[in-house]
Amino acid sequence: MIPGAFDYHRPATVEDAVGLLAKLGEEANILAGGHSLIPLMKTRLASPEHLVDISGIGDLKGIAVRGEEIVIGAMTTQFELITSHDLEKHLPVIAETSRLIADPQIRYKGTFGGNVANGDPGNDMPALMMCLGATYAVTGPGGSRDIAARDFYQGAYFTSLEHGDILTEVRIPIPPADHGYAYEKLKRKVGDYATAAAAVAITMADGKCTSASIGLTNVSETPLWASAAAELLVGTNLDKASVDAAVAAAEAITEPATDMRGPSEYRTKMAGVMMRRALERAQSRAKG
Amino acid sequence: MNDQTKIDQDRAERTEKLQGMGCKRKRVEDIRFTQGKGSYVDDLKLPGMLFGDFVRSPHAHARIKSIDTSRAKALPGVVAVLTAADLKPLGLHYMPTLAGDVQAVLAEEKVLFQNQEVAFVIAEDRYIASDATELVDVDYEALPCIVDPFRSMDEDAPILREDIQDKMEGAHGPRKHPNHIFEWQIGDKDATDKVFAEADVTIKEMLVDHRTHPSPLETCQSVASFDKVKGELTLWGTFQAPHVIRTVVSLISGLPEHKIHVIAPDIGGGFGNKVGAYAGYVCSVVGSIVLGVPVKWVEDRMENLSTTSFARDYHMTTELAATKDGKIQGMRVHVLADHGAFDACADPSKWPAGFMNICTGSYDIPTAHLVVDGVYTNKASGGVAYRCSFRVTEAVFAIERAVELLAEKLGMDAAELRIKNFIKPEQFPYKSALGWEYDSGDYHTAMKKAMDTVGYKELRAEQAKKREAFKRGETREIMGIGISFFTEIVGAGPSKNCDILGVAMFDSAEIRIHPTGSVIARMGTKSQGQGHETTYAQIIATEIGIPADDIMIEEGNTDTAPYGLGTYGSRSTPVAGAATAVSARKIKAKAQMIAAHMLEVHEGDLEWDVDRFRVKGLPEKFKTMKEIAWASYNAPPPNMEPGLEAVNYYEPPNMTYPFGAYFCVMDIDVDTGVAKTRRFYALDDCGTRINPMVIEGQVHGGLTEAFACAMGQEIRYDEHGNVMGASFMDFFLPTAVETPHWETDHTVTPSPHHPIGAKGVGESPHVGGVPCFSNAVNDAYAFLGAGHIQMPHDAWRLWQVGEKLGLHA
Repeated sequence: MIPGAFDYHRPATVEDAVGLLAKLGEEANILAGGHSLIPLMKTRLASPEHLVDISGIGDLKGIAVRGEEIVIGAMTTQFELITSHDLEKHLPVIAETSRLIADPQIRYKGTFGGNVANGDPGNDMPALMMCLGATYAVTGPGGSRDIAARDFYQGAYFTSLEHGDILTEVRIPIPPADHGYAYEKLKRKVGDYATAAAAVAITMADGKCTSASIGLTNVSETPLWASAAAELLVGTNLDKASVDAAVAAAEAITEPATDMRGPSEYRTKMAGVMMRRALERAQSRAKG
Repeated sequence: MNDQTKIDQDRAERTEKLQGMGCKRKRVEDIRFTQGKGSYVDDLKLPGMLFGDFVRSPHAHARIKSIDTSRAKALPGVVAVLTAADLKPLGLHYMPTLAGDVQAVLAEEKVLFQNQEVAFVIAEDRYIASDATELVDVDYEALPCIVDPFRSMDEDAPILREDIQDKMEGAHGPRKHPNHIFEWQIGDKDATDKVFAEADVTIKEMLVDHRTHPSPLETCQSVASFDKVKGELTLWGTFQAPHVIRTVVSLISGLPEHKIHVIAPDIGGGFGNKVGAYAGYVCSVVGSIVLGVPVKWVEDRMENLSTTSFARDYHMTTELAATKDGKIQGMRVHVLADHGAFDACADPSKWPAGFMNICTGSYDIPTAHLVVDGVYTNKASGGVAYRCSFRVTEAVFAIERAVELLAEKLGMDAAELRIKNFIKPEQFPYKSALGWEYDSGDYHTAMKKAMDTVGYKELRAEQAKKREAFKRGETREIMGIGISFFTEIVGAGPSKNCDILGVAMFDSAEIRIHPTGSVIARMGTKSQGQGHETTYAQIIATEIGIPADDIMIEEGNTDTAPYGLGTYGSRSTPVAGAATAVSARKIKAKAQMIAAHMLEVHEGDLEWDVDRFRVKGLPEKFKTMKEIAWASYNAPPPNMEPGLEAVNYYEPPNMTYPFGAYFCVMDIDVDTGVAKTRRFYALDDCGTRINPMVIEGQVHGGLTEAFACAMGQEIRYDEHGNVMGASFMDFFLPTAVETPHWETDHTVTPSPHHPIGAKGVGESPHVGGVPCFSNAVNDAYAFLGAGHIQMPHDAWRLWQVGEKLGLHA
């Protein structure tokens, strides 16, 4: 439980951080809140020679409404997501999800950007970002670019980020005020990653589902966007047969590992149960 | 106000001031613990101190072909690297276990479980030591391993313990196979077989008390400091039994015992994990002796969970025979006990299966037979009593599940079946079929109080309704009612049957009254959080009339404390608590002589009144204990030794037998397998209650650990012997969020042989709690025909039960 030796760097600007990462090469890691990286280092599953701590970069913090989007700085903590009035007003599902991440102590330090960028399929925010159609703003040696959350996750701890890239902010389209939403997470205890979890956002009109988006957490190498399942719901009144079909479609794309949370088939079924329950709650919240 | 009222009031005030037995005195140790001011082993910093860290085996079973320490030794800051080759000339590459086996300190030719200690790196700081462990090159040849204890004695099973391969006579009799440790039998086999052959009704079930771990928050650790000039060793460590450690260190190191100073400072939980001796202790000692400077060893969490003593792994084929109207006639149990790679159980030496023979429980079962076979597997060793007396959680789990299964088969209510078979109050002292003499009990009263309080009849009615609703598809939740009526056996123990390495299991208290009337008292036990500093002082306060706040309790320093066998198996109150009372009474007897001298009356003319001796019939003529203390130092009666102190080594005449009635109400979501404890009621009878608040705290803690064990906590191995989930990510340590609300209650049936009638309580809630949770789960699914559901009852396993029953279609 003691990490290997490393050098510590604390740049003050994004440019400095990008420069440092370029200079230090592949053996340098970005340190955000540290709640994924440091446990890996303590068990020596990761042994970076350099840590580039980006918590000194003030520009990376904050939550703002910009036009039709909510913009969240990468270094915003999960605690700040829970207490944000802008999010409470426009995207309450983010606070709902944040409350299910780890425990209060970790949420004071753990960052939104770290959670979405680390590529750990157990993190909760990635599936939600896919569900909400978020865009990630990235700055690297070649300048800045945008990557859609739905295109970002390639494998376990493997994303579209290249070495030297820093996720700076996440932009999320503000959903209609009458949308329904929910994040349902099954976990063994406080602080645990999901056995399975589901993020759901829908809109309803005249009792019919007019749009649906579903994300699934920790039931594959990557977070999943269950687009086919969601499509099966649009145009229906979310009757049992339609929901059953959508749940089956969502379960079909899962490929969870067997671990101490349970065997693969259990976790697949729990993805279905969580999705069903999230959908029920989202429907109860949808005002259309 | 009349005179009598005044007298009563005065007496009440003086009694209250004492903060003696029966009062909810706040825990004095919490002042430092809650401020982070405790002093633990890892807080110790000595000049020149070095740090040790282990190189551990990645394999469960492998031959060591070579160990190359040269790269590690070349790392700046590394002082030494010990291997078995270094320890062997000292005879220290193996150490004796408390169970009569030997255990590798550092693996010599083979490793026998994953994470076994292979080399010990000593460096200037713990960071360098940790880095250097990665630089020790060990060449292994992997061997086939045994994970399933039922394969251990197969004809073609790989032989695990080559070091004792030819030693077919073990510490507890003949071994049937090189991987067999012992067979232990008790009871009347023929009579039991006959009862079963002729019984109306029998049940038989394999009940598994799975492998888990005591997981104290503070891991195991030690600091050894050898003074080469004086030839003296000081060893600080996480020791539940510091004197035993001193004796063991002397026996294995050859150092004379008076030149060994063992000190157990504050300990952050033990739960049985800190009774035995570990490789880390030995290596820190050897390191310090060789290098002449202090050496510290501190386990990390994964090391603690995967290497130091586990608990349970008992596979109990349990049978009951009964008449068709529900009178239990016989019990037959065979246990296959997985002890891991070494037999390092921490039981009294003559008891290889602990007190498993308490498995007839709270019932008058006339005939019984128990066989326990211990076997080796490629897993970490242990089998310690995790918050229970020796194997008592296992025993109570067996009987309390078995009576439920019998009730189900008979179509009888499980509470009614229990009451029908309870040992009756007039049968105490009760001699059980498997050899114990229960000192006291009143099971019927406790059970009735518990059933009335929880509203048992109403709960069953509610359950019946819910079951119908479930069958009709109106709910996806099922309701379970768990019952457990346990009898513990604690306070080891009488020398006729209890010793550790030949030392009888007495315990001790030495009390010294200072001239000004304050007190220091030292015991042979060692608190790991139980609150001894609070409760022992309360016993003394009541016995000799000095306020508890003026009494300091000290434990853990073997130079100053009288010899004792330590704290585990709920033995502190039954044994050292008794020693405390007896010791205090010796002081009181001397004080009476002094008071008589001071008051110029005959001793027999005095009577005790809370905190003073007074002359009978002349209440205004008295001497307080404080005055007597002063007199004892400056004007004792002629021919009397000055001073006021006493020591007692207490040999308990019997164990004590706390008991209790527990009820659990649980709701299970069949679609996820998530179980929610709606209500948990625990009635404990631990005899005389020294401090109700401390008892309540103990009950809360024990229940929480019981909840953990029953509902998900486990140490699991894959088929290659890789230990799974040895971190708090996976190992279920409930937080306040998961932990149910506890309702506590009590009855009081004092122990007839204990000086103050107390029985011990710290472990009862664990012992009674585990089967209560498991019974609730089993009861929930029983109406669906699930049969016995094995622990742990985590969500995925319960979901699988539902899947098998076709509940998810």
